Amino acid sequence: MFNKNNITLSSWIKQKGNEDQIILSSRIRLARNFKKIPFPGQSKKEQLDKVVSKMKDILLNKNLKINGENYKFNYIEIENVSPVKRNMYVEKNLSSPEFVKNGYGKILFYDQDEKISIMVNEEDHLRIQILLPGLQINKAWQIADKIDDIIEQNTEYAFSKKWGYLSACPTNIGTGLRASVMVHLPALNLSGNINNLFEVVGKLGLTVRGIYGEGSESSGNIFQISNQITLGSKEEDIIDNLASVTKQVINQEQTSRNRLFSEREVFIKNKILRSYGKLKYAYSISTNEAMELLSYVKLGMEMGIIKEIDSLLLKKLFILIRPAHLQSLIGKEINSEERDIKRAELIKNELNVKGGKI
Amino acid sequence: MLCDKCKKNEASIHITKYVNDEKSEVYLCEECAKETGHIDENDVFSFKNLIAGILNPDTKDYEFQQGEVLKCENCGLSYKEFVKEGKVGCADCYDTFEDNLLPLIKRIHGSEKHIGKAPEDMHKYLRVKEDIKQLKEEMEQVIEEENFEKAAELRDEIYALKKKIGSD
Repeated sequence: MFNKNNITLSSWIKQKGNEDQIILSSRIRLARNFKKIPFPGQSKKEQLDKVVSKMKDILLNKNLKINGENYKFNYIEIENVSPVKRNMYVEKNLSSPEFVKNGYGKILFYDQDEKISIMVNEEDHLRIQILLPGLQINKAWQIADKIDDIIEQNTEYAFSKKWGYLSACPTNIGTGLRASVMVHLPALNLSGNINNLFEVVGKLGLTVRGIYGEGSESSGNIFQISNQITLGSKEEDIIDNLASVTKQVINQEQTSRNRLFSEREVFIKNKILRSYGKLKYAYSISTNEAMELLSYVKLGMEMGIIKEIDSLLLKKLFILIRPAHLQSLIGKEINSEERDIKRAELIKNELNVKGGKI
Repeated sequence: MLCDKCKKNEASIHITKYVNDEKSEVYLCEECAKETGHIDENDVFSFKNLIAGILNPDTKDYEFQQGEVLKCENCGLSYKEFVKEGKVGCADCYDTFEDNLLPLIKRIHGSEKHIGKAPEDMHKYLRVKEDIKQLKEEMEQVIEEENFEKAAELRDEIYALKKKIGSD
């Protein structure tokens, strides 16, 4: 029925990480462009091809050793892949939603563990991305820095002494660095303090976005916090700032959780167990509802209310229930009504066993 | 100023249109702009609009008209197109449009000087040297193990790195 061989899950989804009750993943993204070739928006086909072939030379058919670990790269050409498969890469955060729209010369490289992904010919020639489970922004930066060096050894980047790494959008120049953490904040959201938090975070040069980045909505109490400014600070300082604010966010969420359980115990226990019940017995369920209910079940598990399921199973379910993954598991495209039914079935199946079946 | 269409609400959107190089201006309130399809509901606060707003404020019409004829020689992007999309076309655009970009960049970043990683800085040089040292050790190791194929690979890597930083 659900064929797990049709999908591959990135290591950030399958593996545990520090603080992963609240921090789902850490991400570093670098925007880079080749010198002398216009940015993709103004490039001719031959120029886009040139970027692609250069990147194939650098990344393919070899083991790249980065900080003691081996990386072997593979790639997909966006235009040659079905919409469902493309959207899987968005759902596991390897690609931006914008990148999977049709367009000549768009290539997505990724390593065997899907820690590193490189979007070629998005808005910039390269969008290098590192995704790790839990709170590991520093480690992600170390990997990004190294892969950036490897690419640079083989080509020349568009760089200005004054404005740093140049990018199609002036908002990304300088370091070209966007560091972000994906956070799960059910208690702050329930207690109505989330907007205060966002306001404070904004004053510290950070911004909050939805689960698929810029312009996307939040779902299942999941948000992305990232640096707003890319020019005028060192990479290490941008990362330190995000890391220290993230630690504060973790504290705030913990405090809110404790307060919920001491001051509104009946309310929160009821919310958690009703969510669990709905997930176990619903006949049809939308992505958004499932995300929200899973969020409360995750909270319940972390607060010791629900003991019979595994934390990694929940993390996986957050991804598996999304439309492209669900359809891949089934092996065919189905309409949204059928998807809601299949989604309920998948959740029921998985919650039946401690670690899930997939 | 009141909206040109409904004449009731305060106009918050200024639309400058160029038809056959003829410039016409319309002032609309947000509601009318949505109704006439000038703005997408989700798009009101997009970066694109903010950038366009910063680059083309009413008070700077004169400068804008001057900038209008500007065109990047390398990629062909005109200033008009840049303002419309909020994106430049190539590295040279940063020189071509420097005067217009500088205030924008200051406003976005609160800074105008990059101080982070650079392709040719000293740290980089030292890091590459460190890599070469490591590779050399690895090469000696594999030579001892008589894995000459791997040793040759490492030798080439070292050579490439040395060439890169111009040392011998």
